[in-house]
Amino acid sequence: MNNNTLSGKIFDAANYLFLGLMALVTIFPFLYIIAGSFATDSELTARPFFIIPKTFSLNAYRYIFSTDTLFHSVFVSVIITGLGTAIDLAFTFTMAYALSRKQLAGRNAVLNLVIFSMLFSGGLIPTYLVVKSLGLLDSYWAVVLPGAISGFNLILVKTFFQEIPFELQESAKIDGCTDIGVLWRIVLPLSKPVIATFALFYAVGHWNDFFGPLIYLNDSSMWPLQVVLRQIILLSQGTIGDPNNMDPNFVQPPDQAIKMAIIIVGTVPILLVYPFLQKHFAKGMMIGALKG
Amino acid sequence: MEKAIDTVPQLRKISFADRLKRDKWLYALLLPGLIYFIVFKYLPMWGVLIAFKNYQPFLGFFKSEWVGLDNFKTFLQNPDFFRLLRNTTILAVYDLVFYFPAPIVLALLLNEIRISAYKRVVQTLIYVPHFISMVIVASITYMLLTTENGLVNVLLNKWIGHNIDFLSSEAWFRPMIILQSMWKEIGWGTIIFLAALAGVEHEQYEAATVDGAGRLRQLWHITLPAIRSTIIVLLILRMGNFLDRGFEQILLMMNALNRSVADVFDTYVYTIGITQGAFSYSTAVGLFKSLVGIVLIFTSNYLAKRAGHSGLF
Repeated sequence: MNNNTLSGKIFDAANYLFLGLMALVTIFPFLYIIAGSFATDSELTARPFFIIPKTFSLNAYRYIFSTDTLFHSVFVSVIITGLGTAIDLAFTFTMAYALSRKQLAGRNAVLNLVIFSMLFSGGLIPTYLVVKSLGLLDSYWAVVLPGAISGFNLILVKTFFQEIPFELQESAKIDGCTDIGVLWRIVLPLSKPVIATFALFYAVGHWNDFFGPLIYLNDSSMWPLQVVLRQIILLSQGTIGDPNNMDPNFVQPPDQAIKMAIIIVGTVPILLVYPFLQKHFAKGMMIGALKG
Repeated sequence: MEKAIDTVPQLRKISFADRLKRDKWLYALLLPGLIYFIVFKYLPMWGVLIAFKNYQPFLGFFKSEWVGLDNFKTFLQNPDFFRLLRNTTILAVYDLVFYFPAPIVLALLLNEIRISAYKRVVQTLIYVPHFISMVIVASITYMLLTTENGLVNVLLNKWIGHNIDFLSSEAWFRPMIILQSMWKEIGWGTIIFLAALAGVEHEQYEAATVDGAGRLRQLWHITLPAIRSTIIVLLILRMGNFLDRGFEQILLMMNALNRSVADVFDTYVYTIGITQGAFSYSTAVGLFKSLVGIVLIFTSNYLAKRAGHSGLF
């Protein structure tokens, strides 16, 4: 579009400006919270609008890490994310591979079963009762298993597998590979970018999962980060720091700075993986957008 | 010997038992996933029957007595029903009017950017909130909007001289929810439209320019038709989820002061079912909602086909 008319130029300028503002508005809340987490009491009450604090204080961070509540919940989240992602990938990829092979008798019936489950679900209470009757309440399996396969992801992976030339798989079979061997030695090595994409999607899902732990884990010592964050920041229930662990001269940081520091701790892990995510998700979304 | 027969294809139709045997490893791969779908998707579907029972945990599923449509009648006669229907529908309509078109407009604007580095920076930044958990998003909202030195209220105090208590206001609840989800998701929502736009051949624009079409005409005759089918598919999918919007989000933003406008079917099912243990009644509420969703998805699909589009199925 080579539009060098005046109105075209005005539109372009406005558009660049608007999108730039849009990006700033998106990122501003994070900057504000980061700045606030380093603030001191006087700075938050006397001069509350700032983006760079004049006096820089790590007290809020010292305070939230003075007990092991936060460490513990981060540890729990890491376990749930690791275990959950491994299970999701194993379940999704094995099933998708079987369904990608046209020779499989009953393939269409299973596919219809999957598609129907995407349109209609039993809902919250029946699912809860199934989990309960399996004896999974108050165990991490209850958080990990009920969402192990996303029907949508399954179909995307299946479609991707169908694109891999079948001749390649057939020759491996002639060389004596079983179907499992073909998946392991031929198909999966060719699927690394797809595995990475879905691993990251599933991992972000588990890391951010709040509702599963909320309904399935009653024991607060089992809570992952998200539930603890809600408890402390939004409900102001439960304490995080212990002033007795600090030296006598320690000035208790303002409540707001403490909450901001907790938000930052909850956000940093995702922001660390974001650069890796970004490389892959465009590719992952394309599989969905163009073929699915 | 078996191998030799296999290499002569389609000489005779192999029996089901033989196919089972031949593909035994494929079935082994299929099995974990199949069990997953049966246990965690289809058992709950069957469990929906407790909506027609008076489920007592100590009696269990089979021994609890049938009560027919009683739970549905109770719900439809409950004053809660209209409150929930109104809250859910208004939020869904707001969604459709403000939240749904936003990524489309944003994608069209991004598509006009010619400096690719600038485009990449903007995209990188607007995708970020999608990856942040709803709990964090709610927490950030809380920190910005609270009347105790929240940034927005500090500014309001300076400009208009008083606070607005967004967090516990009935009037501000819906705009707050919609803006929150827009902030979180519109950047991410552009991806699918940008992919569709990337497929448009550049020659079409050049030809249009030669024919004297201005930018608006190109938008109308080339760009929009290119993403029309994507828009329609997403719209149909959206209709299916019309009533189950933003469960976590609403649960997190709801409090005693805004509950009357915040409570929706999903939060109600959670409160009545999980926290108060009225399993049969809340399952009936959930089932009612699912059925409306199915009707909406089939209706909108039918309408899309009637209007000459390809539809979802």
